[in-house]
Amino acid sequence: MIIELGHYCLALVLTISLFQFLVPALGVRYNSIGLMSTSYITAYLSFILVCFSFASLTYAYVISDFSVSLVANNSHSLKPMIYKISGVWGNHEGSLLLWVLILTFYSAAVAFLGKRLPVKLISLVLSCQGLIAASFVSFILFTSNPFTRLFFPEIEGEGFNPILQDFGLAIHPPFLYLGYVGLSVTFSFSIAALLIGRVDTIWVKWVRPWTLIAWVFLTIGIALGSWWAYRELGWGGWWFWDPVENASFMPWLAATALLHSSIVAEKRDTLKAWTILLAIIAFSLSLLGTFIVRSGVLISVHAFASDPSRGLYILMLLIFFTGGALALFARKAASLKSGSLFQPVSREGALVINNIIFASSAATVLLGTLYPIFIDAINNSKVSVGPPYFEAVFIPLMVPAILLCAFSPMLSWKRAKLENILERVIAVFILAIMITAIFIFIYGGSISAFLGLFLGLWLILGTIYEFFIKVGIKLSFTKFLLRAFQLPRSAYGMSLAHLGVAIFVIGVTVSSAWRIDIEKPIQNGESVVINDIELIFLGIIDVNGPNWIAERGKFEVIRRGKNNEYLFPERRFYPASKVNTSEPAIMSNAFFDLYVVLGENLNNDESYSLRVYYSPFINWIWFGIMCMALGGILAVTDRKHRLGYSVKKNPKAIYK
Amino acid sequence: MRKIYLYLPLIFFFILVIFFARQLILDENPSKLPSVLIDKSFPPIKLNQLSSYKLFNAKNLLSSGDPSLVNIWSSWCAPCQIEHEFLMKMSLEHNVKIFGINYKDDNKDAIEVLKLNGNPFYAIGTDEDGTQVINLGLYGVPETFIIDANGNIRYKHIGPILEYDMNNIILPILNKIKRE
Repeated sequence: MIIELGHYCLALVLTISLFQFLVPALGVRYNSIGLMSTSYITAYLSFILVCFSFASLTYAYVISDFSVSLVANNSHSLKPMIYKISGVWGNHEGSLLLWVLILTFYSAAVAFLGKRLPVKLISLVLSCQGLIAASFVSFILFTSNPFTRLFFPEIEGEGFNPILQDFGLAIHPPFLYLGYVGLSVTFSFSIAALLIGRVDTIWVKWVRPWTLIAWVFLTIGIALGSWWAYRELGWGGWWFWDPVENASFMPWLAATALLHSSIVAEKRDTLKAWTILLAIIAFSLSLLGTFIVRSGVLISVHAFASDPSRGLYILMLLIFFTGGALALFARKAASLKSGSLFQPVSREGALVINNIIFASSAATVLLGTLYPIFIDAINNSKVSVGPPYFEAVFIPLMVPAILLCAFSPMLSWKRAKLENILERVIAVFILAIMITAIFIFIYGGSISAFLGLFLGLWLILGTIYEFFIKVGIKLSFTKFLLRAFQLPRSAYGMSLAHLGVAIFVIGVTVSSAWRIDIEKPIQNGESVVINDIELIFLGIIDVNGPNWIAERGKFEVIRRGKNNEYLFPERRFYPASKVNTSEPAIMSNAFFDLYVVLGENLNNDESYSLRVYYSPFINWIWFGIMCMALGGILAVTDRKHRLGYSVKKNPKAIYK
Repeated sequence: MRKIYLYLPLIFFFILVIFFARQLILDENPSKLPSVLIDKSFPPIKLNQLSSYKLFNAKNLLSSGDPSLVNIWSSWCAPCQIEHEFLMKMSLEHNVKIFGINYKDDNKDAIEVLKLNGNPFYAIGTDEDGTQVINLGLYGVPETFIIDANGNIRYKHIGPILEYDMNNIILPILNKIKRE
């Protein structure tokens, strides 16, 4: 009964969303505030109804109601509760429902926080959000209904992929979707601006925090995904340039560009058409990601069950939204007046280069991801594009971006004199080169390791230096602290995010350049030595988990001057889905990870195949990403970015 | 004044859409990666005897003069159990000679499956440590190769052979090779 109610609510949401699209649009057309104001109510209403609909599906998972087809196919009564709940979005249908839940949540948030915005702007934004919601809800209802009942209920569910039973992965989709769908807000704002025909300060001040929020969630979502891949897939890698990973990475690159261009739009009232184009592209890339993951046009290790009819529907959505938005952009963008001019050497100029780099790296990732499709269409052959392509084109693009990132915050707006900052740049450069040289001299390493380390240090030193200059040099200590305290949070946010990039770069460089891989058969009592670490194999015990049985290896780790630690890698077998998985054991600290994977019993005797990866500094990768996200959060909470930013005008005033 | 360059994003986007639409309409499953081994002779592999079952070796693969199948399976692999029914059908109803490679398996478990569900294999060999099938570029069990009378690999099927695959892919290819 509850399931049917949830289904009914979702059908109701379709009607309400169409209403939310149509009525405010008519209101704008005929200048009726009454019609426009309905958008607030419909936005709240559809959020409440989708909440109920989502809760009803969650309820079916929690009580393991196997008369619901989706639950029977994806859940199992023996699964731990958290994975029963995360199972709601661990499949195509449920994840779409989560998508819609987040979309309506954002619409309601825009309606709530935007009460003081011009009603014309907000109702156009909500109208566009309503159209997006209506098309996704109809996609769910007509092609991928999560509420379908089975004619003959199952007694037990079919489990779900045990590799997906992981905490990081359980919370990874909600974050990722909060990011993807957050970009819909900036998209709708851009459409509204194009329709109204002007981009003013209010618009920019509103778009920037929404971009930041979406970017922060996207960053966390991607980090969680790669962290899961690292711990769970058993190869010690953390990024595979898989189509699904790229699908989340492309919107991130576009959102990063958008983030920076909106600074120029806000501070200098220029680059407005470009900012709007980026907002359209960022959301389009999210839609494209959805298309790639669910249509089956590309193969991937973790694509959803694909279905061409769904693919066709998403392709139509993509044509409608992206095509429509770009057509609107082509017609209207010329009428957006750009503000002030600037010299090539200036803060604006540096941010433009940043934008060019990020936009072209999004394009290269897009090209690499879609290349198999192009080649197949042109000469009918199958190819797959792997990490070598992406590394070869992506890294050279990022090098100038990082070089620029260290000193462009020191440039002044409009017109900068290079002479003014040249001294500082040279000082930072020499210091970074020296430290890198000493490090490489001690530990040895290739040219690429040298370059990576140098870039990381260069960015760290440059960012710290820039921060000190911003606060003010030649000040007494107390005065310095006082001024540092008064700096806006967005300034801290930027420095922290850039430091995060530097930490990330160092993590990537060191963990790949000094990684040690060992693969060998091992017998009871034998040991493996890596640098100053000794790993002793102490045998195997059989263990029973809630829904799996496992062989668990015991390893002792001996380090000089440290207490001995034990590692327990497992090979699990899940009887419900007849799947074997490997659970690596990881000894993790700030300076290295020791990653132990227990392989198969080599039939004849007591020996097991063993893989050990020693990855120095690998946690710096995720730590760096977290710093970036934290920097974003600091910037969002800056007073001037308050979402409820009010306009000192009659709140009900209509634009123009 | 119309600014033509503002239309560029739209034009690029529609070029992309054309490629997507083609890919969707063709409805080709991209997971049908052709094997590099196609049209090459079946690589030499050395398998072990499974109990008293006839051993699969290079000689009896070439003996029949008809195209045959080589199927890689394990008792622990769930899709293999589903596929078993259709292997039986092909072996009994269509007289297809099927050679089996039992992959990384326990002999006892393998024999139990053959006793329980029937033996579709003309000859069978085991590869307990998985070193022999490396030459075949194994992607994951089950996998099936179609071999012609001269011992050349003609087709590689990844994943279980279900009823649709049997009727629309495997049997037609076997018939086509027979007619040559």
